[in-house]
Amino acid sequence: MSEESSTATATVPAPKAPAASEGEALLQVHDLVKHFPIKKGLLQRQVGAVQAVDGLTFDVRQGETLGVVGESGCGKSTMGRLITRLLEPTSGKITFEGVDISHLSTAKMRPLRRDIQMIFQDPYSSLNPRHTVGTIVGAPFRLQGIKTENGTKAAVQDLLELCGLNPEHYNRYPHEFSGGQRQRIGIARALALRPKMIVADEPVSALDVSIQAQVVNLLDDLQTELGLTYVVIAHDLSVVRHVSDRVAVMYLGKIVEIADRDSLYASPMHPYTNALMSAVPVPDPSRKQEHNRILLTGDVPSPVNPPSGCHFRTRCWKATEKCAEIEPPLVALKTGHQVACHYPENAPTDVIAETITVSKEAGEAVAKAAEAAVAAKAEETAEAAETAEVAEVAAAEEAPADAEPEAAEAAAEESTEAVESTEAAESTEGADAKGETKS
Amino acid sequence: MTDSQTSTTETTVGGTAPTSFLSVRDLRCHFPTDDGVVKSVDGISFELERGKTLGIVGESGSGKSVTSLSIMGLHRNVGKKNGPRMSGEIWLDGQELIGAGREEVRKLRGQKMAMIFQDPLTAMHPYYTVGQQIIEGYRQHNPQANKKAARDHAIQLLDRVGIPQPDKRVDQHPHEFSGGMRQRAMIAMALANNPSLLIADEPTTALDVTVQAQILDLIRDLQQEFGSSVIIITHDLGVVAELADDILVMYGGKCVEKGPADKIFSEPEHPYTWGLLGSMPRIDRELQERLVPVQGNPPSLINLPNGCAFHPRCPYADRTEGLSKTEVPRLTSVGQDHLAACHLPLEVRQQIFTEEIAPRL
Amino acid sequence: MLLYILRRLLNVVVMLLVVATITFGIFFLVPLLQHTDPVMRYIGKNANPVAIAGIKVKLGLDKPVYEQFWLYLKGLVVGRDYANGNDVIHCPAPCFGISTQTQTPVWPTLLHDVTVTGSLAAGAAVLWLVFGVGTGVVSALRKRTAIDRVAMVTALAGVSLPVYFTGLAASALFVYNLGWLQPTNPDVTFTSDPGAWFQGMLLPWITLAFLFAATYARLTRATMLDVLGEDYIRTARAKGLPERTVIGKHAMRSTLTPIMTVFGMDLGGLLGGAILTENVFNLHGLGFDALNGITKNDLPMIMGVTLFAAFFIVMANLIVDLLYAVVDPRVRLA
Repeated sequence: MSEESSTATATVPAPKAPAASEGEALLQVHDLVKHFPIKKGLLQRQVGAVQAVDGLTFDVRQGETLGVVGESGCGKSTMGRLITRLLEPTSGKITFEGVDISHLSTAKMRPLRRDIQMIFQDPYSSLNPRHTVGTIVGAPFRLQGIKTENGTKAAVQDLLELCGLNPEHYNRYPHEFSGGQRQRIGIARALALRPKMIVADEPVSALDVSIQAQVVNLLDDLQTELGLTYVVIAHDLSVVRHVSDRVAVMYLGKIVEIADRDSLYASPMHPYTNALMSAVPVPDPSRKQEHNRILLTGDVPSPVNPPSGCHFRTRCWKATEKCAEIEPPLVALKTGHQVACHYPENAPTDVIAETITVSKEAGEAVAKAAEAAVAAKAEETAEAAETAEVAEVAAAEEAPADAEPEAAEAAAEESTEAVESTEAAESTEGADAKGETKS
Repeated sequence: MTDSQTSTTETTVGGTAPTSFLSVRDLRCHFPTDDGVVKSVDGISFELERGKTLGIVGESGSGKSVTSLSIMGLHRNVGKKNGPRMSGEIWLDGQELIGAGREEVRKLRGQKMAMIFQDPLTAMHPYYTVGQQIIEGYRQHNPQANKKAARDHAIQLLDRVGIPQPDKRVDQHPHEFSGGMRQRAMIAMALANNPSLLIADEPTTALDVTVQAQILDLIRDLQQEFGSSVIIITHDLGVVAELADDILVMYGGKCVEKGPADKIFSEPEHPYTWGLLGSMPRIDRELQERLVPVQGNPPSLINLPNGCAFHPRCPYADRTEGLSKTEVPRLTSVGQDHLAACHLPLEVRQQIFTEEIAPRL
Repeated sequence: MLLYILRRLLNVVVMLLVVATITFGIFFLVPLLQHTDPVMRYIGKNANPVAIAGIKVKLGLDKPVYEQFWLYLKGLVVGRDYANGNDVIHCPAPCFGISTQTQTPVWPTLLHDVTVTGSLAAGAAVLWLVFGVGTGVVSALRKRTAIDRVAMVTALAGVSLPVYFTGLAASALFVYNLGWLQPTNPDVTFTSDPGAWFQGMLLPWITLAFLFAATYARLTRATMLDVLGEDYIRTARAKGLPERTVIGKHAMRSTLTPIMTVFGMDLGGLLGGAILTENVFNLHGLGFDALNGITKNDLPMIMGVTLFAAFFIVMANLIVDLLYAVVDPRVRLA
């Protein structure tokens, strides 16, 4: 799986294997890049590129649901269009069932289109208003020249029934249906050729709350019944948590964290994931007061000119100079939990220690720590609280038994801080300013 | 202004000014179309005190936006041949708005009451700078303010809503702003004349979750600072839980439940509210195996089901002895300031709640 | 921006070259394929062979086709002398060739006639903008009322009725029946007798404007209705702006943008000649020249008018695009 392909610096032996990891990889994506060129001037020379997707590596396993979350402009929809090959990647490799489909021509893709289908966000614009439901859902049969046993009509009606629609509505037009029903039509169309994988781009975000649940349950049932593999792209973390086995978090064209669902939601490691989760409004007014919300300031930077190093550093309250200089690699800090961050939260304690000792800066860092003793101490007290939390979470998480006691952890944290300590004074304020932990 | 219809709520319709800051009484707004009359709002009543926030929750087509546009007097051609028909009363700070002249209501718009719209990109004129659009609204109601003062005011407002470099941004066009910044600018525009009533119609629906958190925070801060009353209209129960003191749940143009926010979330009384709460996946709860959706589809506002509009989708409709199919339920008190419109006998409702609903909440 | 204009101007030149090549191809090569000698157009059918040969040499028709084309292009830029011995016709740049009818250079005629076409187009443009856009706005604001329906039926008539019907009908009514106006005299110019000129131009203006006003009324109405449905119009009302500001400022600015585009293109096209109107009213503009050239087989004249018209259309295109960027801040030229 992905651990092998990633440049892992440290991997912890797995205390328990996540259920989903048994499946074979149906789709493998390696270092996938999509840049849209920007042209300018008299000769229309390329002067830059929208770096929509900038080096993605992940697998989608047979029978699982991979959720992809991120804010608008993070490249998640481009990713969806790349793995369905509606777009051709700039570089990188997409392998579907062992076949490299990265640069297949339209003609060569055609047989594979049966296996990979897409569901779109807007049930209002993705269905041709001049065609009947029968024509829409039956289109894949015609396009692929497939004959079904009892004729196309019977097949389409079966599909409609499967998706919870009345088969007698075969001759109706899309405008006669509600939003939820239209999304069901879209799903029926995607299912027509019994695909192996479905990429759903925001499948429920245009629907009313009460209808969302219907569609989510339908997708769930279909997966069980037909053994489908899903890639669900969404901005709603609650929905993604509900449908996914594993979740990838994207930010500015990169995956910043990818993990098993439970691991990610219980102990998110990337600061961005933490911020995203704490930003989700919770339908519980009693939590209004106690809610410690991480408020990110500012906006997502332009993908034309992403920040150096870690893309998230401009909005991150933990960012240091290191983050500007070195791009953090996506490494597994725990089985089935990869994160791309120099200062991950909730990480198993020994991993941090190891990462830090491995890093070259460590030696200098300790020296610097001594120099900036005052500032570091201030930080330390702040960190102490956090450390305790980390340890707690780690324990709760059935973290490796050989986890070091807090002392080692504190030391590790201290050296981490030391790296930051060049601007330690700032970062104390920074933590407040950028993190704006509100109560 | 006088209305022959008897109110279905505790508030009675009459010509007298109410004590609360905003009082909506038996508001109805019907749109004639070729297919029939769309009863978008059909008898809504509520009160809103100064400095308080009311959340109006409902799905698309439940009439929540039409309610807000009615308060703002933004329906066109009211009473004309093909125009909407409105009845009921809207009292804002002692002044009745439905019977008032168009000019009078216009002068209140942007001054005493202001509105934030869902999509700030389409809600701002693409050809004018953000500054021009703020200044325009300010000078409309403060004609004595000169251009310089108005511009300074606009910059101040942009600064207050958290837009960096407001003196530069003031001269930029909306398309040069990001989504979040645009919504901030929209809020600045609404605040130009320090309105006492701020209506936010799905203010964060078009925004990303981290930006949504920023905007909700901003609205809360501004409300505390300016002491305005806020109506927030949304389909997202999470958003109302963040802001609202009171909540009104709409279904098919009618209010099905209203009450204090904590009651609505902890002890909801109406099966539709149960459905809404049950159907949303929640990040703050143990993962459910399956979501519990509300079955069926939202009703057509032209042909509302007889009796309780929710009964075709209500899993408990068979326990009302057929009442819900024939009679429109009245909004009745179920607790302190808490009303619900449901035919389920109280004890049955409580039994369902404790046995089926409460464990899922 | 400057780079953009440069690039577009380069496009204009290329475009005109293409147009020149095609017209040259059609009008000079086709007679060759039909085995009719182009020289016959300059000189009567019964001319003697010596005279024909002389003219051939003089006009360069003895040279190979590609060379003739090259000379034509060169003449456009630097001018050209048509000479056979001492018999010289001097044709200064830009030389569009020698008219077969007058045996004089085409350019001065074009230059004179474009002013006639220009004044026809300009006057009509003012009328159709005022009445077309005005009617459209009123129609949009009074949607589905009697005013709207009457205006739109009239507009439909305007779009459907050809100029040679409306023009002749108007002439018949106002000039010959009612006697309110004098028939248009092509020799009267603005400088010679402004009053008579104005009176003579009135009907052509109205006729041409009627055609365009109808289109503009429909376009304005549709655009205005779209714009009135925009969210930002609701925002403007929510700010408490009076209706006249909402319509006159917010809605109008958005409505006028697409109209400006169409207007630029229409005007550019018209400057190349309003063939029907000019002929109906006997105005000697470029449209008249074009029709005259075609009926008289005056190839250099046809080429001249075609190139001239192409130039106006391409330039109008460029100006409209530049203006669009000024009006709509979202448009970036690059």
